[in-house]
Amino acid sequence: MNRTPNIHVHGGRLIDPANGIDEPLDLWLANGRVLAVGEAPPGFEAEVTIDAGGQVVCPGLIDLGVYLREPGFEHKATIASESRAAARGGITTLICMPQTEPVIDTPAVWELIRRRAKACGNARVLAMGALTQDLAGEQLAEMGALQAAGCVAVTNGRNRLANTLVARRAMEYASTFDLPVVLCSEDPHLKASGVVHEGAVATRLGLPGIPSAAETVAVARDLALTEHTGCRSHFHTLSTGRAAEMIAQARRANRRISADVAVHQLFLMETDVDGFRAECRVDPPLRTHSDRERLRQAVAEGEIEVICSDHQPHEADAKSEPFPATAPGISGLETLLPLTLKLVEEGVLDLPRAIACLTAGPARVLGLEQGRLSPGASADLCIFDPGAVWTFRADEMTSAGRNTPFDGWEFCGRVTHTLFEGRITFKLERP
Amino acid sequence: MRENLQLNEAGELRHLLSIEGLKREHLEHILDIAESFAVLPGRQVKKVPLLRGRIVTNLFFENSTRTRTTFELAAKLLSADVINFNVSVSATSKGETLLDTLRNLEAMHSDLFVVRHSHSGAAHFIARHVAPGVSVINAGDGWHAHPTQALLDMFTIRRHKGDFTPLRVAIVGDIQHSRVARSQIMALNTLGVTEVRIIGPCTLLPAEARSLGVHLYHDLESGLEEVDVIIMLRLQRERMEGALLPSAHEYFQLYGLTEARLKRAKPDAIVMHPGPINRGVEIASEVADGPHSVILQQVSYGIAVRMAVMSLILGARGGGNE
Repeated sequence: MNRTPNIHVHGGRLIDPANGIDEPLDLWLANGRVLAVGEAPPGFEAEVTIDAGGQVVCPGLIDLGVYLREPGFEHKATIASESRAAARGGITTLICMPQTEPVIDTPAVWELIRRRAKACGNARVLAMGALTQDLAGEQLAEMGALQAAGCVAVTNGRNRLANTLVARRAMEYASTFDLPVVLCSEDPHLKASGVVHEGAVATRLGLPGIPSAAETVAVARDLALTEHTGCRSHFHTLSTGRAAEMIAQARRANRRISADVAVHQLFLMETDVDGFRAECRVDPPLRTHSDRERLRQAVAEGEIEVICSDHQPHEADAKSEPFPATAPGISGLETLLPLTLKLVEEGVLDLPRAIACLTAGPARVLGLEQGRLSPGASADLCIFDPGAVWTFRADEMTSAGRNTPFDGWEFCGRVTHTLFEGRITFKLERP
Repeated sequence: MRENLQLNEAGELRHLLSIEGLKREHLEHILDIAESFAVLPGRQVKKVPLLRGRIVTNLFFENSTRTRTTFELAAKLLSADVINFNVSVSATSKGETLLDTLRNLEAMHSDLFVVRHSHSGAAHFIARHVAPGVSVINAGDGWHAHPTQALLDMFTIRRHKGDFTPLRVAIVGDIQHSRVARSQIMALNTLGVTEVRIIGPCTLLPAEARSLGVHLYHDLESGLEEVDVIIMLRLQRERMEGALLPSAHEYFQLYGLTEARLKRAKPDAIVMHPGPINRGVEIASEVADGPHSVILQQVSYGIAVRMAVMSLILGARGGGNE
């Protein structure tokens, strides 16, 4: 790789939750790494100086659980397009889901993705390997080989893991390697053909509902199996307040259990689907006001320590059908930070805690070295102007998927620079 | 933000997609116009030239000879030209998207699409994507809405009862999977009836049924006490396979409308059913054919109501769209 310039990040407010730092500190970067924090290293000659006056400097964001669509679904998005979108969103580490075609159930598929990501060079792509072969929920995937090849966790994604014995064995086997198991807990039979939360809106619009019990039943099962197998379970994209409470209770006995929430679940509700708005169709579905408030509370209390985008880019056609025939998902990389900052604005979290949910939190859950700005760490930075007021526009998105319900939302706080391994991968052009 | 796709800037009906979003005046206006098309049984409906030169396309993604035929007849009585397009056996089975199908049909210069589709929200979707001059009537989408059926039911009730405000109406059966029931409930509440009751076992009632503005009953006898109108819904056979009901036999035992149960209602109560009826499943033959039944009137009023809706929608714009 080409040599990276010596960079001096000057005058910013450094927030590095993993190191407990929140103060005005400069950073010096060289050879793609953090050389010094706070005090200039002797003899350092900056080739680039970034003026971060009035801005927040934090570790590059980590997004746990994104769909990059490559290989197999390049008509939706590619690693190149989505890693550029990540850079624009201040994200430097993408943890991709194994739902590609072919599925990431062998080291070969992961190797292909790794190489393409490296060639793009806009963000680090890490992978979750498949828990079962072809994600079919029947035979175990070669988790040992996947871990050896660099997969940071295993998951069956949103594919059904209906057989409880297979679920048990998969969790047991993963615990052999102390591999985190990422669980999208949802009972496939209770979900059936449901497309929205089974509540007042589903009742009025005559849409097949997904009951809250589809999540709580599955979370209860998976918590019991976690206790039984001792595996490192991470519950991904919770949607119900009740499941968040069940996990908080389980965490009292077992701190290895963790959870995340997709940031859209902290803002949108079932009522947003009204008028058959396909851009608000997500899996798990948007639920009630009470669910949203309880999820926010769980984030505030630290019981949910990760906020993710659950990024699912789609081509326009995928959302251009009658509601039940549309594909679920939001293209979320570019709204992850703005929405998380809105939680700060609305008093749910303070700024360092909000940043921790996007950096130190996911790093801790998956045991990653990223997500901190200690000397020697990879120079992955997100620099944003916390006072910049701007309007998000779907038609200006960098992601190949413009499926967003946040078109026209006004945000306060905007990424000005993203640095990945010491190179500037995004710089906001001022008009 | 909720758009009201159905109305133009002047508040006139541009599409008919759902009863939701329409005011009492809209419903009454449609019923009043339908009154002018309705004739006494046995007399021939006069053909009128209101929609001469207009093209109405019946776009049915789900089979329904009955509904399609009444729309076709209504359009022809208004002198429109009618195209019947049965999509379930043509385009989509060849992999064409709904939007592609729509663009193709628009190229044939249709003024009005009458749409039936198995997905809730399909009519809204089409209304959002049609060319500016083209209108859409929802002839049933999934479990969501069937507004012309609800309107013809309201028409039937008004003919028999006059004023809506003192009425208690019971809707019996599979509410959860019924687009007819949802539209009826909204229409009855919009027209200001005293009470709407829904009666059925828990498995056939929607999750948040009360949010629709109804009272819930699980016992048919008590639910029918003092009601003026009884609407029976058709029970689909597949409900037994989905573990929603044990058997048609038990369903009739608990929720079938018999002469004995009918006595719980007011002496002048009317019995309605959107058809086709399952004799011995949701309704006993003596009741279906008895003096309280207005089931066949519903069918003939259906033509007048659909004529009213079509003429109102196409007339609202004035002139053709060429």
